[in-house]
Amino acid sequence: MSESSPTTSQGFSLRRGIEKVIDFTEPAVVGLIHLCGWSAIIFVMAIFFFVFKESLPAITGLEEGAIQGEVEQLDLVEFTTSPKWIPESAKKPTFGILALMVGTLSVTILSMVIAVPLGLGAAVYVSEFARGKPREILKVLIELLAAIPSVVWGFIGLVVLNPMLVDMTGEPVGLNILNAGIVLALMSVPIIVSVSEDALRAVPDSFREAGIALGANRWEMVYKVLFPAAKNGLLAAVLLGIGRGIGETMAVLMCTGHSVMMPTSIFDPVRTLTATIAAELGEAVRGDMHYHTLFLIGVVLFVFAFIINLTADLIVKGIKVQGNE
Amino acid sequence: MKLTVKASVIFMLLATLFFNGCGSKDDGSSQNGTESSSDDKTIQVEGSDTMVNLAQAWSEKYQADNSDVTIEVSGGGSGVGISSLIQGLADMANASRKMKDKEKARAESELGVAPVEYVVGQDALAVYVHKDNPLEEITLSQLESIYADGGKISKWSELDIELPGGSDEIVRVSRQNNSGTYAYFREAVLKDNDFKLGSIDLSGSSDVVSMVEKTASAIGYSGMGYATDNVKMLKIKSTDDGDAVAPTADNVINGTYPIARPLMIYTAGEPNDTLQTYLDWILGENGQGIVSEMGYVPVK
Repeated sequence: MSESSPTTSQGFSLRRGIEKVIDFTEPAVVGLIHLCGWSAIIFVMAIFFFVFKESLPAITGLEEGAIQGEVEQLDLVEFTTSPKWIPESAKKPTFGILALMVGTLSVTILSMVIAVPLGLGAAVYVSEFARGKPREILKVLIELLAAIPSVVWGFIGLVVLNPMLVDMTGEPVGLNILNAGIVLALMSVPIIVSVSEDALRAVPDSFREAGIALGANRWEMVYKVLFPAAKNGLLAAVLLGIGRGIGETMAVLMCTGHSVMMPTSIFDPVRTLTATIAAELGEAVRGDMHYHTLFLIGVVLFVFAFIINLTADLIVKGIKVQGNE
Repeated sequence: MKLTVKASVIFMLLATLFFNGCGSKDDGSSQNGTESSSDDKTIQVEGSDTMVNLAQAWSEKYQADNSDVTIEVSGGGSGVGISSLIQGLADMANASRKMKDKEKARAESELGVAPVEYVVGQDALAVYVHKDNPLEEITLSQLESIYADGGKISKWSELDIELPGGSDEIVRVSRQNNSGTYAYFREAVLKDNDFKLGSIDLSGSSDVVSMVEKTASAIGYSGMGYATDNVKMLKIKSTDDGDAVAPTADNVINGTYPIARPLMIYTAGEPNDTLQTYLDWILGENGQGIVSEMGYVPVK
């Protein structure tokens, strides 16, 4: 026992030393981690502030860009309800983004119609049915799919899909909602697969066993046990896919035909909000109405993203409350 | 692994496709250590997509003869060049349209000097259709009815044309709304009326031609220098009973081709010596010879 006491005191003093260092460094590390957490918020706020600031003159009216001191002001009703986007008109510029919003939404919705069943199906297969080598290969390939840059996807739409769609549909041009929808779907599938696969794997095996024990076959087990249990994660996967669809720029610029019109079928070319900013911002005269209006489109995209995330949050919370009851 | 290799090959192909003719030239003038590398021996040229190949050809030839001058050429569009000139990022702006009053006012307020305009060549704006399209000539008023807002023509049958593919709808190929070509076509053909919405708006002169190449029922406009074997340039009639005139250098010079436009270079105020020498060379025999070689029409 007498031998142990010096060791203890030595260990004790060592521990004290370490504790002292920890006492000293811990607040710093905690502060650093806090900063990392807050930085995301700071960045989002900064981006929103900048975009909003640049768009503000369009709403409040601008004197600088106008000729002979007249004040130009954006007509917000026209902005949101007119399908005419003619920002560089020689007579009267019209800034209506209805057609662009419809373009963005139609491409995104079509891509989700294709990608959600495909992505969920693939996730169910990878997590529940595939075993061993095929499963590993599939996972790697799906992740590779996510690594392809969007400009390459756009190129595939332009060069591969375009002539194929012309042959198959008989339309004069294959650059349309369908083309962009397919390309966007292929781009969002990997995200949907990996997020929903994680969600499915997070469901405890006891759920699966209980389902089987109650006499469910594997499909019933997936459909009636796994899907409800993994609801939140699956929803998050779908919403991430939608986010990708709305925000995607390069691929849709190349695949939609970039044409301002209200589509009547999925074979019509359209133009999206993001592609319009990408194609025109570089050439807009700084301080011009056109320039500020393009930033206002950025604000509209922000609002879209905000609504999607908020809906997701609310739905997820709603499900949680139900689950608790 | 194979997939990434493939993807990178496609990506590189694409990059060359996008950036051909836009790259800046390094002629090794920096090797001349005796020269203090002063900024005024470097000329930044930016602007019109129509003129980018021409500007590139000029700069290559000029740098070959004058190794102390470095000229960096990039495209982007007339609007981009002018806005770079205003911001002081470019020494010369290529433009296939006149500067707008707004832009001039902005240049004066930002730079304190008025921009100076030089007409350095002419370009016939050609109207392109697919090579299998039986159409040979078109009148300006027909073009207006096809492209202008409220114009009546939307089908090939309305021009008495039956396309081999059977598709009847006219696919209008146009340019992005800051392009000088877009502005000139609107002025000369649409009489400053707006374009009919629903056209396919592309961001490059050669993109228009390649789109028409691939689309049997398309019609498009672009500089005559971009013609290929797979597209047909239409002859243009100014009036319904006038002569159909082909877009050729001779017809531009004698003034019979109705949609030809000046190609311009803008400088910020009076040019310095380096710029002035280069401009004189462009307007001289050598420079104008290159204009003809590149498929455009010289000023003299």
